[in-house]
Amino acid sequence: MSTATRTVARMLALLIPLVAAWLLWSGLYKPLLLGLGVFSCVLTIYIKYRMDYFQTEVFALQFGRRLVAYWFWLSWEVVKSSLDVARIIVSPSLPISPRVMTIKASSKNPVDQATLANSITLTPGTLALDVYNNEIAVHALTEAGADELAKGEMDRRILALREK
Amino acid sequence: MTIVLDILSWIMLTAGGVFVFIGGLGALRMPNLYTRMHAASLTDTMAAVLIIGGIMLQAGMTLATIKLATILLFLLFTSPTASNALASAAILSGLKPEEGPLRRDGDAE
Repeated sequence: MSTATRTVARMLALLIPLVAAWLLWSGLYKPLLLGLGVFSCVLTIYIKYRMDYFQTEVFALQFGRRLVAYWFWLSWEVVKSSLDVARIIVSPSLPISPRVMTIKASSKNPVDQATLANSITLTPGTLALDVYNNEIAVHALTEAGADELAKGEMDRRILALREK
Repeated sequence: MTIVLDILSWIMLTAGGVFVFIGGLGALRMPNLYTRMHAASLTDTMAAVLIIGGIMLQAGMTLATIKLATILLFLLFTSPTASNALASAAILSGLKPEEGPLRRDGDAE
C-alpha cells in the first residue's frame, strides 16, 4: 500500500466509528444535528491530520484486562492523594512544599509515556510538566508526594502493561 | 433497593460537591499557578468521578448511564491533557515554579 492509500484507509477507520458514535448517541436525526455531526467528525479528522496522526497507528491504546487492572490501581491512588491534597487545602497553615523533579519513563513507547504523564497529572498533588528524552519533569505539591512518586511504582506498572 | 441506591447516590453527590468546594478554596488559597493547578485537579478527578457516579446511580440501567460512563472516560483522558498544555504554556512563557516550603509575606527570612 502506498502512503496516501494508507492515510486514507486510516482516516476512514477513524471516521466510521466517529459517525456511528454520533448517530447512536444523539438518537435525533434532524438536519441541524446531522449537519453538526458531519462538521465535528470532519473537523476531528482534519485536526488529527494536521497532527500527523495518520502516519502512525490509529488505535494506539490497547484495551485489555491489564489496562483495566491498572485503572483500578490508579483510582485508588487518586483517592488517597485527593484526600491528602484536600487535607492540605483545609488546614489553616497550608503546609505545602513544592518540588520539581524528573522521573524516568522506563517504557520507550510514546503511548506509554503519555499514559504515565497523564496518570501523574490525574493524581492530585503531582503534575507532569514536560516529557523529553524518556524523562518526565514533575511538579509535586509536597515533599511526601514527590518521594512517593520517586519510588517508581507507577512507572513499573506502566512498563508491565505491555509485557508478554 | 431503591432507597439504598438513593442514599449511596446522595453520598457520592455530596462528597463530589465537597471536593469541588475544596478545590475552589484551594485555587484561591494557593500561592502560584502550579500549586493552584494541584488544587484545581481535585475538581476534575475526584469530584468529577463522584458526581458523575452519583448521577449514574440515579439513572439506573439505562442508555443515560452508558453515556455518562463514556463522558467520564473522555473527561479522564482529556483533563490531564489540558493540564499538561497549561503547564507547558506556563513554562514556555518563563514562569519558573518556586520550590521549598511556603513563605508568606511577613514571614521571617
